[in-house]
Amino acid sequence: MSAEDLFRVMSQSIVEGEPEEAERLAREALAQGIEPLEAINHGFVPGVTEVGRGFGCGEMFLPDLVRAGAAMKAAIKVLEPELVRRGMTRESLGTVVIGTAKGDIHEIGKNLIGTMLAASGFQVHDLGVDVSPAAFVAQAREVNADIVGVSALLTTTMLGQREVIRALEQAGLRPHVKVLVGGAPVTRDWAEEIGADGYSEDALGAVRVAKQLLKIAQV
Amino acid sequence: MTIAVIENPKVSLNILTESEVRQIHHATLDVIESVGVRFPSAKALDILQAHGAAVDHATHVARIPGQAVEAALAKAPPTYALAARDASLDLALDGRHTYLGTDGCGVEVLDAFTGERHRSTLQDVSDAARMADYLDAIAFHWTPVSAQDRPPESRSLHELLAIWNVSQKHVQTETIVTEREARAAVEMAAAIAGGRDELRKRPILSIMQCTLAPLAQDGGSIEAGLAAAEAGLPVGYMTMASCASTGPATLAGNLVVGNAEVISALALMQMAYPGCPVYYAAAQTAMDLRTGAYTGGGPEDFLFGAATNVLADFYRVPLSMGAFATGAKEPGWQSAVDNSFSSFMAVSTGADMLLGAGLLHGSRILSYEMLVMDAEIWSIVRAMSRGIVVNHETLALDAIRDVGPGGNFLAHKHTKRHMRELWLPTLMDRRPYSAWEEKRDGAREWAREKAQAILRDHHPEPLDEKLVNALRHIIASVEAEAM
Repeated sequence: MSAEDLFRVMSQSIVEGEPEEAERLAREALAQGIEPLEAINHGFVPGVTEVGRGFGCGEMFLPDLVRAGAAMKAAIKVLEPELVRRGMTRESLGTVVIGTAKGDIHEIGKNLIGTMLAASGFQVHDLGVDVSPAAFVAQAREVNADIVGVSALLTTTMLGQREVIRALEQAGLRPHVKVLVGGAPVTRDWAEEIGADGYSEDALGAVRVAKQLLKIAQV
Repeated sequence: MTIAVIENPKVSLNILTESEVRQIHHATLDVIESVGVRFPSAKALDILQAHGAAVDHATHVARIPGQAVEAALAKAPPTYALAARDASLDLALDGRHTYLGTDGCGVEVLDAFTGERHRSTLQDVSDAARMADYLDAIAFHWTPVSAQDRPPESRSLHELLAIWNVSQKHVQTETIVTEREARAAVEMAAAIAGGRDELRKRPILSIMQCTLAPLAQDGGSIEAGLAAAEAGLPVGYMTMASCASTGPATLAGNLVVGNAEVISALALMQMAYPGCPVYYAAAQTAMDLRTGAYTGGGPEDFLFGAATNVLADFYRVPLSMGAFATGAKEPGWQSAVDNSFSSFMAVSTGADMLLGAGLLHGSRILSYEMLVMDAEIWSIVRAMSRGIVVNHETLALDAIRDVGPGGNFLAHKHTKRHMRELWLPTLMDRRPYSAWEEKRDGAREWAREKAQAILRDHHPEPLDEKLVNALRHIIASVEAEAM
């Protein structure tokens, strides 16, 4: 298969959301001696762009985005070590630490946002559920986070979002770390009251807000 | 004070065949037995294990034999009553009655007088409960909005007291999610009922817990449910499995996932306290394909509303079904479509309790206008549920003979006897066009006026002051314990 043909099927594996196929094609590209960065930028990224276009005009839906994100992740997993071996890194839009507030184990919204942010080019560190403010702080410090995202589904655990902001302030990290909050009971007013930097009702909105906060141009 | 109950609805709907229900049941047992359900509670896992479940203590997943689930469910009482503080407002969960309750738990309120949106407080809980107390369409309370000006560890108890303080109707709370709160709520309810035994006989409080789709429970909710079941309070578990996100995209698959969550929790209650009153609760939906949001309305919801009752009937337990609860941002076309279809579908399969009156935006925003409008939708559904009565008197042959071709029935005695059986609107605009043109007002304005009048004028007698102090004391001890 020519490189052009290979790039075309790589893109297709993202559009169709087939992680195993994407992984196989990534290996094939390396076997053919294609540079990993070229495989990403000319093979897989056009697929992501196509999915974004399809979603934007209503031909594709959220599950398509999530599947595309999973396929991209599978391809990157193969290509990234090769990049590193060559002393190169894939450009990241920013580093994000996410988790659900202390006492809250509802994670689907948070997971969705993690997938969307990663698929959009952010480096995502997911702390999982029931995360203490101290754990958010520790991780944010360790990975030098640009953004911390705290999710809560309950009116009671929502208060934990404020605690995370306070803990970041106390740790002296607040000037460098933007805080994103979300979850069913969370409103714009609440986000403003607790001093969060960003708020979104859905996962795609969260990506937009994250880009705005880091002053990244929107595509 | 009366309650506008739907009794023995004549309208019915065939939604699932017997064979289809069995297929769903067997698929559910397969899931519970082979995939398992997560119960993050040592107490629950011990009980399940003692009843034959294979328990993984690291993942908290219990794989429960289908036979153990069936044997446990068979112990659940098929009928019982939800007591009210005023016995004339008791609710019979006997498969022949359908009652409407309020929605919960919202986080914002549209002020009835200014229309401004604000974050909900304890005062809003009290005001909404007063309005629900006034409306005969509302048979029981849910905690309508969250008292966000009270501490999280005792908030549900403040809410409970606020409702009891303005209404004698039954309260079903969905905001008690820890064992500590549940034990305090039992103590409070017993103080009002006149002791634990009286409370067991006449449970003025029932408890509603949410499952965590797919196939998981919340540890706090499970332990709160066990504490309530121990005291004889009716306990229900609600699935909100959402097609394509927290459940399969297909409706049947979604029913299987939700059913596994609910019946595994109900079976646990029966294993722990055989014969305790339990109920099935559900509010499944389909994810919005564009945003991933829980939709609160749409054809899938309406089908679930009908199908779930068939499942609850199969297990011979009452159903508390999420209806109403539109996804609309304000009262209007969308809310009318959502709330009419959802309530009609659930009523036409004989759900015992319907939830959801009064909230907008997928149960997030309380609107007093919406509550009044929902009461009117309920009155339409109630009138429809009576169906068409056919007998000698209603066939009206004598009247037809008297009037004959070309006459009219306006002044006939038969008309006088029966005209008040016809439904009369309070919010539908049936005026002449010219009358409408003068002010161009309608349902929203009239609902607002009615809501304002109720909030101004309806002030039920509060609880005895000594009793209130005793209840406050219980709440204070919970707060002290949490410190």
